Amino acid sequence: MKTGARVSGVGAARDDSETRPTVTVADVGLESVRKNFGDFTAVDGVDLEVGKGEFFSLLGPSGSGKTTCLRMIAGFEEPTSGRILLQGRDVSKLAPYDRDVNTVFQDYALFPHMTVRKNVEYGLKVKRVPADDRTGRATEALRMVRLTDFDDRRPAELSGGQRQRVALARALVNEPRVLLLDEPLGALDLKLREEMQIELKQIQQRVGLTFIYVTHDQEEALTMSDRLAVMNKGKIEQVGTPADVYERPTSSFVAGFVGVSNVLSAGVAQRIAGEGRSFTVRPEKIRLAASDEHPQPEECSAQGHVQEVIYVGAHTRYVVELEGGGSLVVLRQNLSSSSMEALKVKGKQVQLIWNRKHNTFVDDATLDFDQTDGSGKEKR
Amino acid sequence: MVAGGMEPAAVRIGVRAATAAVLAFLYIPIGVIVLYAFNTARSQSWPIAGLTTKWFGVAWNNPDVRAALANSIKAALGATAVALLLGSLAAFAVHRHRFFGRSTVSFLLILPLALPGIVTGMALNSAINFGGDIFGLSFSLFTIILGHATFCIVVVFNNVVARLRRTSRSLVEASMDLGADGWQTFRYVTLPSLLTALVAGGLLAFALSFDEIIVTTFTSGSEMTLPKWIFNNLRIPNQRPQVNVVAFAVVVASFIPVYVAQRLTQDRPHNPRAV
Repeated sequence: MKTGARVSGVGAARDDSETRPTVTVADVGLESVRKNFGDFTAVDGVDLEVGKGEFFSLLGPSGSGKTTCLRMIAGFEEPTSGRILLQGRDVSKLAPYDRDVNTVFQDYALFPHMTVRKNVEYGLKVKRVPADDRTGRATEALRMVRLTDFDDRRPAELSGGQRQRVALARALVNEPRVLLLDEPLGALDLKLREEMQIELKQIQQRVGLTFIYVTHDQEEALTMSDRLAVMNKGKIEQVGTPADVYERPTSSFVAGFVGVSNVLSAGVAQRIAGEGRSFTVRPEKIRLAASDEHPQPEECSAQGHVQEVIYVGAHTRYVVELEGGGSLVVLRQNLSSSSMEALKVKGKQVQLIWNRKHNTFVDDATLDFDQTDGSGKEKR
Repeated sequence: MVAGGMEPAAVRIGVRAATAAVLAFLYIPIGVIVLYAFNTARSQSWPIAGLTTKWFGVAWNNPDVRAALANSIKAALGATAVALLLGSLAAFAVHRHRFFGRSTVSFLLILPLALPGIVTGMALNSAINFGGDIFGLSFSLFTIILGHATFCIVVVFNNVVARLRRTSRSLVEASMDLGADGWQTFRYVTLPSLLTALVAGGLLAFALSFDEIIVTTFTSGSEMTLPKWIFNNLRIPNQRPQVNVVAFAVVVASFIPVYVAQRLTQDRPHNPRAV
């Protein structure tokens, strides 16, 4: 069941057909949460509400506080101040084993001395679920992650992807209210990662669980999440649906971290858009045109020359140095052009044209990112 | 560190020769003892007169040797038990908790291993005499065990601390996350992952205690242990063949636990690799 985008932070009850008052208690809530490690502030006043059944991502560079947030929800860390709520109940002081959440760890943390089946049954065993029941539920969980016939293997005998599935089954078998995932696909290669992204999303929709997913991979966050929060230096920069965050970034940091930066400073913006506020425009919205083409009234344009051409198979990236200062990245699908044709543009004088409705004004032009490579977040 | 085929042949041959020389230096004397244990003649002279196993029977039927062997085994088992208990508890304390003087405690635990045995022995000797005046403590098997425990604890402590450091912190977290309380986590996750380290530490402790003589001399009083028996009988020419046999037995009894312990603490294929 897809929950879709939400305007408010709190999700409505999933079964909308029933006419009951929509009691909007968030599944997971953070209230002015801070966490200090000595002098270092890892999480600096975070407020967050995640609705039931929502796939929610915490996206940010390393050191942005996303994993610390997750660990506080799991109960491995206690907030220095603020409250953690699960279904409205304050759990800030509760031990991990008293919280109805389970975690999939980045290094999987499978018990090396136990078989796959023993690993999966562990949570049920310590909660004294009868043996018959345990077997059935573990079998079901392993089937769900498509890992049958591996019961007697040890974790060391499995591939990375298989270990990942065991870790997932071990968490899902407990039927928690909320599943926390800490960069669960980080150790997998690209191909397997893409497969697992789809599978994770399917499992989440099938069981209707609330997922809180920590990642530094913007593409992963955009493709999988119902909503996401972009974090930077212990604070949340922006919360919204993937489309919101991508199309309408509220800060130059978000613009740069989610996608390619393309932020123009206030001075340059004045010349190009006629308004003295820095703005960002997504690279796929810009078109390369001949320098003598006349733009339409609703269009912005800028002259420049092509500094770099990067052929990426399905599309080509052009880095264009603007005459008035600054530079923009342009993405063009390789509809008909071959690599040879694309590369020939290098060094040429061009005009960039885009519709001005794609301009998104951001807080300031203190650029956190090198514009040419968008902090390396874009994968080749 | 240096890749195999990178250095010139001369260096490679030199390194191999040096290794062979060191091993020869370490093991030729032991080999000679082993050889003498099978010597038909009573006196030690080279070349040996002939090969026989008769001294094994003689030594085995010697009641003094048997009593000393029994004592040595009891002392080693006792010291190992004390070391396993105290050594692993100390390892937990030092690894888990940050407290004032933590590194000092760690250092003090390791120190007895480096302290000359004669100093430890003297100190224990006067402590036992002192204890005898006050609590009626007397030199016995018990005091041997106490003496040996001082350096056996270190071995267990080192093994367990090393394993704790290598065990991923997230295993404990995963266990708690899945609903296990502290005791369940210890029983199902921490202890099994420490098991081989405990066995290895225990075996090493046993081997250390079994052939110890210096501290034993100061703490045993009239109690006889195997190394003590060897030392006392070394001077009696008639006893030489039996001494050689007993020495051979001690070598074997020390070799096996050390070998097994080393195998246990090696990285085996089913150990989790760093991810």
